[in-house]
Amino acid sequence: MRTPIAYFLMLAGILFAMGTVGVLINRNALRIFMSVELQLNAVNLTLVSFARLHNDLGGQVLAFFSMVVAAAEVVVGLAIIVSIYRRRRTIDVDAAREMRW
Amino acid sequence: MPLDDVVFWVFAPIAIAAAVGMLVTRSVVYAALFLVVNFGCIAVMYLVLDAAFLFAVQIIVYAGAIMVLFLFVIMLLGVDRIDVRSERLWLQRPIAIVLAVGFVLEVATALRAGIGFATHAPEGFDLLQPAGNTQAVAEVLFRDYFFPFEATSILLIVAAIAAMVLAQRKVRAVTQAELGEELADGSEDEAEVEVAP
Amino acid sequence: MVGALVPHVAGSLWLIPALPLAGATITLFAGNRLGKWAGILATVLVFASFGVSLAVVLNLLTYPGESRLALQHLFDWISVGGFRVGADLRLDTLSATMILVITGIGALIHLYSVGYMAEDPRQGRFFAYMNLFVFFMLMLVLGANYLVLYLGWEGVGLCSYLLIGFWYTVPGNAEAAKKAFITTRIGDTLMLVGLALLVFKFGTLDFEVIFGTAGSVLTKDAATVIALLLFAGAIGKSAQLPLQVWLPDAMAGPTPVSALIHAATMVTAGVYLVVRSHVLFEISGVALTVVLVVGVVTALFAATCAIAQFDIKRVLAYSTISQLGYMFIAVGMRAYGVAMFFLVAHACYKALMFLGAGSVIHGMHDEQDMRQMGGLRRAMPWTFATFTIGGLAQAGVPPLAGFFAKDALLEVANHTGREVVFVLGTIAAFLTAFYIGRMICMTFLGRTRSDAAEHAHESQPVMLAPLVLLAIGVVVVGILQLSPDGAVTQALEPVVGATALGAGLSVPALIGMAVAVALLSLALAWWIYGSGRVDTVAFRERLEPMATAAQRGWYVDRAYDVVIVQPAKALARLTSDVFDALVIDGAVNGIGGLVKRSASEGKLLQTGFVRTYALVLFFGAVLVLGFIGVRG
Repeated sequence: MRTPIAYFLMLAGILFAMGTVGVLINRNALRIFMSVELQLNAVNLTLVSFARLHNDLGGQVLAFFSMVVAAAEVVVGLAIIVSIYRRRRTIDVDAAREMRW
Repeated sequence: MPLDDVVFWVFAPIAIAAAVGMLVTRSVVYAALFLVVNFGCIAVMYLVLDAAFLFAVQIIVYAGAIMVLFLFVIMLLGVDRIDVRSERLWLQRPIAIVLAVGFVLEVATALRAGIGFATHAPEGFDLLQPAGNTQAVAEVLFRDYFFPFEATSILLIVAAIAAMVLAQRKVRAVTQAELGEELADGSEDEAEVEVAP
Repeated sequence: MVGALVPHVAGSLWLIPALPLAGATITLFAGNRLGKWAGILATVLVFASFGVSLAVVLNLLTYPGESRLALQHLFDWISVGGFRVGADLRLDTLSATMILVITGIGALIHLYSVGYMAEDPRQGRFFAYMNLFVFFMLMLVLGANYLVLYLGWEGVGLCSYLLIGFWYTVPGNAEAAKKAFITTRIGDTLMLVGLALLVFKFGTLDFEVIFGTAGSVLTKDAATVIALLLFAGAIGKSAQLPLQVWLPDAMAGPTPVSALIHAATMVTAGVYLVVRSHVLFEISGVALTVVLVVGVVTALFAATCAIAQFDIKRVLAYSTISQLGYMFIAVGMRAYGVAMFFLVAHACYKALMFLGAGSVIHGMHDEQDMRQMGGLRRAMPWTFATFTIGGLAQAGVPPLAGFFAKDALLEVANHTGREVVFVLGTIAAFLTAFYIGRMICMTFLGRTRSDAAEHAHESQPVMLAPLVLLAIGVVVVGILQLSPDGAVTQALEPVVGATALGAGLSVPALIGMAVAVALLSLALAWWIYGSGRVDTVAFRERLEPMATAAQRGWYVDRAYDVVIVQPAKALARLTSDVFDALVIDGAVNGIGGLVKRSASEGKLLQTGFVRTYALVLFFGAVLVLGFIGVRG
């Protein structure tokens, strides 16, 4: 493979940054959640890239675990969003600001 | 022109464009779909990086399961048109973008200082997986990482149960006041109370 | 000072102060329930203490002169590093003299008080304080080191304050008590500095050690400084110039208090202190001169004031100040024996006169102004007789005690070449006799000048008995000491050294002069005040404005008020209204305000939006990454 590993890592970095921006900017809880998934994927990409760099399959295995846990997390998170929606009729995160001055 | 390069330089921009699209679009459903595209591109990246197993898992789990879940919930809650563009916290966007740019620069700096932009992947990766990537990953997984494997299986069970419990509708009498409030809210009828599985 | 210690005497010394202390404790806690029995208990205990004192002293006297010393160590009081002070009691002829005076006269005054304070609802308290006072005074004179002395010193000051202000509901009394305490405090503080210097120089406060080694340890200057500091304490306690202002006001207390504390005992503590420390004063030399000068000036000053007073107790107060000045004159001339004899004699006749005055006031239904009195000798014969004995003793009429004391003093002055002292002392003696005569004439002779005087009655026997006993005492003490080398001085010699005598006018000449002066002065007083031939009011007016000035203590009080008291009050006002209110409260409230404001402005950080928190989080993360990047 001729592509320098650093390019993959840069790509992952850029995707991670965009995921963070998505977390910070959006008000829709689902969109925020999707941005978090984007972040997670960027991290997985980093892991696999390093696995390739160091000839160590452990990186891939860790990325695999990350995906598993992400799946579980999505399940629970969406369930939570659903029950929040049922209670408050909205998933706007700005609406949850009772703990303010 | 090496194949890896071509593939990389085709799919990386697509991935980034999909991510941008996800951020920019007004519709939540479109955002989810853009994310699916992004996941696909990342799956290809895995392929380029000699992680064939993960390529498959990415498509199946992420694009196929997780995003489908997302779309289910979006359609269930009908929140696709909710997002309002006007921003109450007017500093949020500029600062977030600035910080993101700063972050990327930091990553670049770290990379340059660390492994440098010219390092290629070393040669010997194929030798690690004589019978193919899936086999190799399986060997590592079930041998060296057996305990985490079992732990995550328990995690999945717990998550499934948790999701069932959380998504339950509670058995509760709805008061007249709440009833009036809900109907006036203009949202869907929830006057019926039942326990959903 | 060699001394085989006298064992059984030493063992029982503690009883002497312990008895009144027990009385004080009991009456303090149970006084109100005991009622009049509180007074009886207190009196009995002081009599008991007198009994023990008498026994102990008689025992002591069976030993030869040089070995008349008993020491009792009660317990280790202070033991810090190398510095040790014990609660030690010391009985030598000097302290023996004092304890007999204190317990003897104290007992009689307690007896008198049972009658005088019979109608007071708080008499339990009164007797508690009186017993406490006797305890502290005994500790003062029985102390074997300066610290026990100081304990007693401060204690009597406290009791004086408590007793002067005993009828505290009258604001003037509380003011007088405060004034007494604060004025003596000035002296006490200087005295404490003196004690500190003693510790610094000697490493101990024990009398034996200090007086034994002072000659080799102290330079003349060091001794002067220490002696003058100690004398400052004496000036305060004994109401000498310039700290004499508290004593006339202290007459606000009940008359037995004035008799006990401000005539017989507490005010003589200063004399005792100087006599006890005479070794230090003699090394200094200058200090003794200072004592002498202060004594002379005070004696004259107070005598002039006494002549002009209308309140019978104030006459006696100024008279006390004057007589104390005499004692310091004797001390300043190194005639310690004479000074102590003077002290004993004065205690007797002054206490007698104060109690007599109390009797008069009681009979006059609390009237103290002599202008309202007159002709009381018919209604109060016993009071008149005993009071006159006391007065004549003070005036210096032989063969009463005062005559011998005064004569001895003038004799020493004359024989040691101190002509100025001799002349001034004689003038003061003339004035003394004059104001005594005036007092007796205005009070007892002539016609009654008011209704109260018309209806006066003699006091109860319980009040008269002490008067009679004291009058007898005045005569007896006189007989004990028929010359400067009399029995009392001789007994004191081992402690204080012999009185140096020289030559001068012959003894009979001096006696003749003294007697002549006294009788002349008394006759003049009788002519003006007793015979009814002189218009006293006009007489006084011709002497204005000096008369009023003298009556007001030559405006010393006013001077102190303007120079010290008002500035102090202004400073206090400044501190409280400006410094405390603005600066300190400002700082404290300012801090509070600062906290409040920073909180109310800081709370705005909690916007409630999760997104702001996430933004801050990301910001922090980027920052940390930046640091790591820069560092690594």
